[in-house]
Amino acid sequence: MAIGQARSTGDKSKWAVANTVVLLYALIPVLWILSLSFKPASSITDGNFIPREWTLENYAQVFQVDLFTSALRNSIGIAIIATVLAVIIGTMAAYAVARLRFPGKKLLIGVSLLIAMFPPISLVSPLFDIWRGIGLFDTWPGLIIPYITFALPLAIYTLSAFFREIPWELEKAAKMDGATPLQAFRSVIVPLAAPGVFTTAILVFIFCWNDFLFAISLTSTSASQTATVAIANFTGASEFAEPTGSIAAAAVLLTIPIIVFVLFFQRRIVAGLTSGAVKG
Amino acid sequence: MADIVLDHVTKRYPDGTVAANDINVEIADGEFIILVGPSGCGKSTVLNMIAGLEDISDGELRIGGNRMNERAPKDRDIAMVFQSYALYPHMTVRENMAFPLKIAKMDKAEINRKVEETAMILDLSQHLDRKPANMSGGQRQRVAMGRAIVRNPKAFLMDEPLSNLDAKLRVQMRTMVAKLQQRLSTTTVYVTHDQTEAMTLGDRIVVMRGGVVQQIGSPQHLYDHPANLFVAGFIGSPAMNFLPARLENGALRTALGDLALSDELRRTLEDADAPREAIAGIRPEDFEDAALVEDHVRARGSVFTAEVDVLESMGSDKFVYFKIEGEQAMSEDLADLAADAGTADVPESAGHLVTRFAATSVATEGKRCEVWVDTDKIQVFDPSTGANLTIPRPAPAPSSASRGISATESG
Amino acid sequence: MSAQATAPAAETGRAAQGRRGRPPVSEGARAERRLAFLLCTPAVLVMVAVTAYPIVYAIWLSLQRYDLRFPGDRTFIGLTNYVTVLSSGYWWNAFAVTVIITVISVAIEFVIGLVLALVMHRTIVGRGLTRTVVLIPYGIVTVVAAFSWQFAWTPDTGYLANLLPEGSAPLTDQVSAISVIILAEVWKTTPFMALLLLAGLALVPDDLLKAAQVDGAGPWQRLTRIILPMMKPAILVALLFRTLDAFRIFDNIYILTDGSNGTGSVSILGYNNLFRAFNLGIGSAISVLIFIAVALIAFLFIKLFGAAAPGSEPERR
Repeated sequence: MAIGQARSTGDKSKWAVANTVVLLYALIPVLWILSLSFKPASSITDGNFIPREWTLENYAQVFQVDLFTSALRNSIGIAIIATVLAVIIGTMAAYAVARLRFPGKKLLIGVSLLIAMFPPISLVSPLFDIWRGIGLFDTWPGLIIPYITFALPLAIYTLSAFFREIPWELEKAAKMDGATPLQAFRSVIVPLAAPGVFTTAILVFIFCWNDFLFAISLTSTSASQTATVAIANFTGASEFAEPTGSIAAAAVLLTIPIIVFVLFFQRRIVAGLTSGAVKG
Repeated sequence: MADIVLDHVTKRYPDGTVAANDINVEIADGEFIILVGPSGCGKSTVLNMIAGLEDISDGELRIGGNRMNERAPKDRDIAMVFQSYALYPHMTVRENMAFPLKIAKMDKAEINRKVEETAMILDLSQHLDRKPANMSGGQRQRVAMGRAIVRNPKAFLMDEPLSNLDAKLRVQMRTMVAKLQQRLSTTTVYVTHDQTEAMTLGDRIVVMRGGVVQQIGSPQHLYDHPANLFVAGFIGSPAMNFLPARLENGALRTALGDLALSDELRRTLEDADAPREAIAGIRPEDFEDAALVEDHVRARGSVFTAEVDVLESMGSDKFVYFKIEGEQAMSEDLADLAADAGTADVPESAGHLVTRFAATSVATEGKRCEVWVDTDKIQVFDPSTGANLTIPRPAPAPSSASRGISATESG
Repeated sequence: MSAQATAPAAETGRAAQGRRGRPPVSEGARAERRLAFLLCTPAVLVMVAVTAYPIVYAIWLSLQRYDLRFPGDRTFIGLTNYVTVLSSGYWWNAFAVTVIITVISVAIEFVIGLVLALVMHRTIVGRGLTRTVVLIPYGIVTVVAAFSWQFAWTPDTGYLANLLPEGSAPLTDQVSAISVIILAEVWKTTPFMALLLLAGLALVPDDLLKAAQVDGAGPWQRLTRIILPMMKPAILVALLFRTLDAFRIFDNIYILTDGSNGTGSVSILGYNNLFRAFNLGIGSAISVLIFIAVALIAFLFIKLFGAAAPGSEPERR
């Protein structure tokens, strides 16, 4: 990778400094919110990066707020269902895009590209009106459906890039070995595509988990309000309490699944994020 | 086991390109037949049509007497070995080989027995539980063969199965393939662009070019009696030398001097109504250092003198290159060959005469040398059609003619 | 065969061979087509039902007077809503803010992203760790990150606000608030940019750089003469993605300033008209205008800069 000469210790320390800068860049805002979440109400406004006193009080409070616990439940449920559905639908379409010849493929790719670029705010007004009309406003499906839609282009690109890397001849080989197209898909393509599917699922989940605009526009009560909205609307456990600590604690809770994904599946996420973009 | 018949088979793409034009080949039961030609000649298209991986636009494909055109690959009972081996990377060797049997819903014990038996033949028994990624190229290649053999299909189709191996291994595997085919005596259609593979492996060779069959015949027949310039130049290594020649008074006037022709050859050329301007083809081994040729043999041919340009000693014999003055033989066929070999734009690749001398020759680079040509072996071609004018017509029936050859010479 | 007749035959053969990569598979192209349609139908249905119909509906709404506070007053008024929006200072202010945020943040992201990508590509220590860590800003919920920045810049509470002179409140002044918004946006999305650029960087063969080094090119020349030109496709895709994304900025502004003090983007303006003023007509007109702006940006990128839209070359393997 590195060009030329052997690396001296001086070079090593230069890179170490560069990496430390990157590390600080990425971590400081996260550590800051973590720090706030452990500060007691008395010292929350002291402006110290590292808390002088530590407390779990904020976390206890967050779980006492019904709105937040229900929002967390909504977030998890909606994100998981949307992810599963988007990945299933996306896998089917991506297989067709990567492997089969059919008229209208270009159109399908064009449409999904269009949606990838679509400004969600443009959809919020009509969806708000339509959802109220057909009773989807403030329901789980009311959020799941737009999530699937906006996750689909991502899923189709990522998956078709993965699918394209599976050697085309394998499928021919399966056919020569007596498999029907469906058998070839199930016994050869699916196992090989599983890592790609899993990666896509992580990306889609992160997308759903992150959404704010749809959630704040298409929900109104604890029936379907998600955690991002709940945090934004936080007013504290009691009327007079300063919400900063609670918000910080809730924010940390929302961040945990992301950190877990990043730590365990770093390689996959990087591959997934870049596959669609570079290999086209 | 079955014979395969391609009856006026044509492949036309929707945009009008014709990848295979009116192919007629009858492949006998148990025969090992090679489809050979430069890339783009349509040989893989033909193989894919037999496999059922590509539709047949026109004509009929019969395997064991039954029409196959509309059948899916899985219903044709043929196995295929791919250039990339196409091993399923998520399956072990055992699972790879068992896959077609599992698809066919064979029972477990039977599958196991067959897989182990096949692994034994291919010397893969100790590798059965490994994944393809951890195996060498040669081992993977054998697994691919195993997956084809294990089904005991009616025919094997092989699409350049050895071209991903390095040179030494390729020679070994070539022998293995030949032995295996003999042992199983299953009809085999083998595609390659390597004429050496074609010569060494096949019972018969089908030479293709631009979607059209040029000639069908046994390796020796193709070598000795190429139907046209293309086949002559494609088969044989180093390739045949081509020289512009003028037919005058029963002799060939070439840059090498006047080459006297035998009576027989002269008669054949007259029968063929040969044009005065022709192309002479001489194989490297039909030259010899004149100093090494005995007198009575020497009288049979012609002798000329030229300066040795480059000399390559192979140990067993010597390749001696001479530079020839004068223009070069020009024809569509030769241009195609040069383009395929990639020599079209190598300076001075043409204009060289390649000869093969016995190792005892004392020819030296930069010195002049007397060269003897066996004029009996000269082939004369028509530059405009490429046809070999030295083949007496009707063409002599080669030994394999009984298998029903119909070399198409279209125009 | 005649020489003339063979030439086209040879060519057609070659042409056919060239396409051998994706041969029309037997079982009939029909079966393949049927399977393809079957597999694509759900995706197409969902995508069309949730975007095509609503956007048409949005256009229809934008041509009406439709205020949820006065539902009885709903009538067709043609382009009046567009005239109202386009002649209002709010729209143009929001538009200017959006463009400024987009241009500045994408420019900064590109520079930092490139540096980050080079560090990740070339580093000899802690490669895995670096790559893991940069994913945190990408993955973290925007709302969470926005709160972190908000608290950091809130007087008394924030470690950053305390570095500023006494009495300054950066989030209440237009220029400084927009700067904070850009900072939050850049922090969150630079890693994504860096990863896209890193992937492009990986496509630059090492041998080429060695050759350039032997030819006497210094590091800066290697970057500008070789690395960047070779990365052009990756760069354009990254810029296209990020520009479109930045133009839709909503979450960060909503949390940081809620659009007060002239910091609202077009998305914030649209949201406010829809869900705070309950004016579906005006809100829809703004939605349609944003859609048109985004389409124009994409068009410019693809046509003028020749950015290959991802997926536009699906035949390539």
